[in-house]
Amino acid sequence: MSSDESHQAPLSPEAKNYSTRRDFLLKIGVGINAIATLMIGIPIIGFVCSTLIKKTSRKWVSLGPVTKFTEGSTRLVAYQTPYGRSADGPTKTLTCWVRRMPGDKFRIFAANCTHLGCPVRWFEESQLFLCPCHGGAFYADGEHAAGPPPRALYEYEYKVEKGELMIRGGVLPNLANPGGPV
Amino acid sequence: MSTKFTDRFAGLAMWLDRRLHLVKLWETTAGHPIPKSSASWFYTFGSMTLVCFVIQIVTGIALALFYTPSAAEAYHTLEFLNFVQPLGWFLRGLHYWGSNCMVIIMALHMTQVFLWGAFKYPRELTWMSGVVLLFLTLGMSFSGQVLRFDADSYWGIGIGAAILGRIPFIGAQLVDLLLGAPFIGTDALSRFFALHVFVLPGAILALLAMHLRLVLGKGINEYPKPGVQVHPKTYDAAYQEIIRKEGIPFVPHGVNKDVVANGILLVLMVLLTVFLGPKGPGIPGDPTQVISEAKPDYPFLWLLSAAALLPNGSEIMLFMVFPLIATIILFALPFFAGAGEKSWQRRPLAVIAVAVIYLTIGMLTYAGITGPWSPHMEAWTSVHSRPEFIKGRPPLELQGALVLQNKQCRNCHAIGGEGGHRGPDLSTVGTRMTAPQLVRQVLQGGGNMPAYGKNLSPEETRAVVAYLVSLRPPNTAPAREAVGPLEPQKEPAKGPAQADSASSPTMQSLARTDGH
Repeated sequence: MSSDESHQAPLSPEAKNYSTRRDFLLKIGVGINAIATLMIGIPIIGFVCSTLIKKTSRKWVSLGPVTKFTEGSTRLVAYQTPYGRSADGPTKTLTCWVRRMPGDKFRIFAANCTHLGCPVRWFEESQLFLCPCHGGAFYADGEHAAGPPPRALYEYEYKVEKGELMIRGGVLPNLANPGGPV
Repeated sequence: MSTKFTDRFAGLAMWLDRRLHLVKLWETTAGHPIPKSSASWFYTFGSMTLVCFVIQIVTGIALALFYTPSAAEAYHTLEFLNFVQPLGWFLRGLHYWGSNCMVIIMALHMTQVFLWGAFKYPRELTWMSGVVLLFLTLGMSFSGQVLRFDADSYWGIGIGAAILGRIPFIGAQLVDLLLGAPFIGTDALSRFFALHVFVLPGAILALLAMHLRLVLGKGINEYPKPGVQVHPKTYDAAYQEIIRKEGIPFVPHGVNKDVVANGILLVLMVLLTVFLGPKGPGIPGDPTQVISEAKPDYPFLWLLSAAALLPNGSEIMLFMVFPLIATIILFALPFFAGAGEKSWQRRPLAVIAVAVIYLTIGMLTYAGITGPWSPHMEAWTSVHSRPEFIKGRPPLELQGALVLQNKQCRNCHAIGGEGGHRGPDLSTVGTRMTAPQLVRQVLQGGGNMPAYGKNLSPEETRAVVAYLVSLRPPNTAPAREAVGPLEPQKEPAKGPAQADSASSPTMQSLARTDGH
């Protein structure tokens, strides 16, 4: 608009003055809005992407006394994730497959197949984990036996403390983050 | 008195029109001129897609009055809608069938636009905005089925996370953004809710406004005549000439077939709702119930099938490279095929492409419904053995039949067509494989079969192999080992027929062994 005017007859000093004042105001306005956009936009992006920013420390969660598990057997254990809240409802109760080896040694597998995350099921008789989605199969030690999964079952870290079996679980493992996203 | 009233009414109408310019608005929108030839049944899919979208908005707002986007509540609100809230089932059903209709009719619309050459000059942007609308609609369909929050939805989110987790470099961050929490819970559900109710519909409305503005601005595609070429330099003038000669206003003269088609569509949606009802919810999305197959709704079944049927390790190709290439081709289409022949009758490649795409997606969808690659998890306890596979066998073979059942072999292997179809049907395996081959296959596994060496005692192995060798049609010989090492065929010397008959069935059986 102002450039159109500048092509017309020479402006009076007052008008010229007015024009530069208007340009200046516009620049100030754009500047204020740019700052305001950052002041509003950064917190919004931070809010939406908060899971990327905040780093929760990994928590130990108990699966119960070790006496609950028999040597040489594999069983499904349900436990509460330490990262849940009331709105999570039934999804707070997660599961893992616990295999007790001789002594206090364990192998603790996530229930999620390493192919596409479907729940694997343990079959005691054939000593296999089978996935219902695309037929992935894993041996008792979690190693890949057949089908499309690209790796062995995901395992959780564990420790035995005061007779309790503790795992660093409560998370959904995936190929990019086999230990889970925390 | 009545004339006075009419005059006053006309005066009021004129007053309003001078301020709102309704006549002008009408002439440039609903009443815009279209070529007479375009008032065709084939040109009704666009308005049908729009009607589906309107139904989705209305039923969606109604459902939002009751839906609670919380992992603790979502499933219960669906049951409440189905069984307690008056007409809740009807609204849910209409929303579900409206969604399926929208995806299918949008695909038909796209196919018609492609085959009738409507994407060519000067309607490139109309096509491209339509492609984005297709992706947004598929996004709506997927995010909508997640909101059902039954087992399929819960594990479906897990599949989504697993796919994102395969993306190099940024996979972990994308999984974090999808779930909003370290596990699949209420935050993941809320994200899909926000997408389904705010982000995607908002984007659809914006893109739809652009799409319709382009339709009005560039006019409806004339019904293509074989042999008539599109030349960007002369097309605009030629189109104006068509409109001048045989243009009719869309409303009221070009809309009749759209009105009929949409009426039938709406009645069909109601019939589907009343007779088939809403989908689900299935069993609850409960991580302690590790029994789900996580099947998506119809529009995505073909992807699930492809994931199951493609060779192992091709997931990156399927979920990242293929969609990227498909998107690039769809966007680039009006630029590398923007001129020339419009009619499908002179575009054999276009027709072949459509046929191939429809056949591929159709067959993969069918495969997705039957899901032959999924083990039948309950087969070992729930599927019986027919008498002909048991009767008259010696104790060792009967013991083998028991081992076969108890070791869950039938979760993957059918006998007499019953059981899983992940592996080959074993009804006639005795004609294909010899006892040593069977021992090797059972103990070492191979192909897509786990090794059972650690789980079978020598006695069990002997029994199960004896049973498998006995699985042959009556009066057929068991498979035989090749007589000697496979050598290149020599000169037809003595007894070639005998050599052939001895080696060919076993060669076949060896080949099949490798395919297990």
